[in-house]
Amino acid sequence: MANIQLKGVTKEYGVNKALRGLDLEIADGEFFVLLGQTGAGKTTTLRIIAGLEKPTDGQVLIDGEDVADWNAAERDVALVLQQYSLYPRLTVRGNLEFPLKSRIRKLDSAQIAERVDKAAATLQITPLLDRKVERLSGGEMQRVSIGRAIVREPRVFLMDEPLSALDAKLREALRVELKKLHNDLGATFLFVTHDQVEAMSMGDKIGVLNRGKLVQVGTPSQVYSAPLNTFVARAVGTPPMNLLKGTLSGGQAVIDANGFELPVNGQGGQDGQRMTFGIRPEDIRLESGAPVEARIFDIEDHGVVKILNIEVGEHRIHATVPARMPVALDETIRFGWKGDKVLMFDPETGHNLSI
Amino acid sequence: MAAVRTPREIFLNRVAIAAVMVVLLIMLVPIYWIGSTAFKPRNLATTIPPTVFFQPEVSPFVKLMTKRSQLRKPVEQEVYDAAPWWEKMVLDGGEKVVRTGKGKIRPSGYGQRFTNSLIVSIISTFLAVSMGTLTAYGFSRFKVKGEDDWLFFILSTRMLPPVVVAIPMYLMYRVVGLNDSHLGLIILYTAFNLSFSVWIMKGFIDEIPREYEEAALVDGYTRIQAFFKIVLPEAMTGIAATAVFCFITAWNEYAFALIMTNRRAQTAPPYIPSQVGSGLPDWTVIAAGTFLFLLPVAIFTFLLRNHLLRGMSFGAIRK
Repeated sequence: MANIQLKGVTKEYGVNKALRGLDLEIADGEFFVLLGQTGAGKTTTLRIIAGLEKPTDGQVLIDGEDVADWNAAERDVALVLQQYSLYPRLTVRGNLEFPLKSRIRKLDSAQIAERVDKAAATLQITPLLDRKVERLSGGEMQRVSIGRAIVREPRVFLMDEPLSALDAKLREALRVELKKLHNDLGATFLFVTHDQVEAMSMGDKIGVLNRGKLVQVGTPSQVYSAPLNTFVARAVGTPPMNLLKGTLSGGQAVIDANGFELPVNGQGGQDGQRMTFGIRPEDIRLESGAPVEARIFDIEDHGVVKILNIEVGEHRIHATVPARMPVALDETIRFGWKGDKVLMFDPETGHNLSI
Repeated sequence: MAAVRTPREIFLNRVAIAAVMVVLLIMLVPIYWIGSTAFKPRNLATTIPPTVFFQPEVSPFVKLMTKRSQLRKPVEQEVYDAAPWWEKMVLDGGEKVVRTGKGKIRPSGYGQRFTNSLIVSIISTFLAVSMGTLTAYGFSRFKVKGEDDWLFFILSTRMLPPVVVAIPMYLMYRVVGLNDSHLGLIILYTAFNLSFSVWIMKGFIDEIPREYEEAALVDGYTRIQAFFKIVLPEAMTGIAATAVFCFITAWNEYAFALIMTNRRAQTAPPYIPSQVGSGLPDWTVIAAGTFLFLLPVAIFTFLLRNHLLRGMSFGAIRK
């Protein structure tokens, strides 16, 4: 088990900067999720920690030791990838044994068999042990990949979107299993994903990455309720937070274009200041006596809730309402919001003004 | 998948099969011709119309392997009776086998030339494919400065017709003492095949996801271990296809072999036609030599057929 520290890590590919001075700290035994879009530098971060890529600048420390001169094998990290992570010519058992047969581990065959059997039992893949990898389904493959990581009992688990190639049901099932695995092993996990649901549901901590920079680190609820800027506000939560430009005027948000007014109870910002107001869809209320009139533009029924897309002039706003609420397309409704939930961002920099 | 086919599709399919059969027949006739001539008695080899049905015999092969001279008069009966079965065939043809003073049979040059062909082709193929695979791996996996220029340079070595450099090469070889040597031909053929090997293997190795090796690196293996344990088995299809092409090129090479070698290291291709020129050509012997010459390529290709089926459709290996 180990903690990981990245200090000012920069990675350049020619003129492209994949990472710009990334600082990151992952505590021992933590399930850390790195969330970011394609090209944000998630995979590069992982590869640098694994030793597959050298940083252009900066330091990587594992347990406080600078590992710049350690190769991938010496770092003792395990890597689970989205695909192609299993050796195609071997059986499941062959794949699980492969890392243990490396000369640096000096294990005898009894120890290897014991570890393989234990890992197979944990992941419920014992019946698959003698099967060729090509004959496995996507979910089974990822299970074996995870198995190949856990037989090694590594200091750190690195996972690069291991669930992204799976269908929704399997993804959910494996999500639960991975979390349980993390609890049982107590190991340090660094999990990389672009899927914010995955990030929110699995992480002890989330790091939001944007263009090679870490924007915010925090627990899922911190990141969700107090996003540091509009990027994080949009990156976390489905549907994303509504952002409306307007002016703060006497405790009211006066939204541009339409000039509709809604109360704001939050702090930060001065009267008359230009603002970007942020409000989560679930904090929008539909009531007959509410202050603003809107038209229902789209309805997504998710069973538990309905996600409405309502139109006020040129603005489109997402609202989450109970599934039982009777609504119809093109219906005219009235809405308001919970004034204490409104976040205010600087319209230029996007920074959260209440933090 | 057994898709349901309409009568029209079945008909078109049969037409296609018939067309393939016709083409195949046309392709196979010369091979049959060589093969059958190799087993014909000499007097049936050049009949018009060609003889199709005959009693096959191995006398052409006996003649191919031995040095013979014309008999001025038939040998005595007891000499004939004492001769082994294969020598009788030569005597029946009006020739006798040449022996040394100690009574040892003088072999023709064919066996030696054939062995030379095998040595030169196998070693040069092995060298070209192994060096080509390693080079291709380097180009595929690492950032090489001026990669495109290097690859173009490698390819450009094939743009010059080889015969153009044959004379200068001969002169250089003579100076360094490589003419008429196995090593000389091996170097030439390796150099000639290397560019091809690098290009083809690069295509194949590019197709192998690097994640495999990276997983092995993280799992505690060195790069070279990962190469042998992971990349090489995956590249086997490409290696087989490249090896077959390199082997065929080296095996059939004529021009350099003709110029660079004359005796010790001469390969079979320049030797076989040299037998046509001396006296009245015995076509059955030439056919026998050609027929034997066909076999190694056929066997080699046959052994690698499973790899080849996938390998010939370049880059279409399983993802």
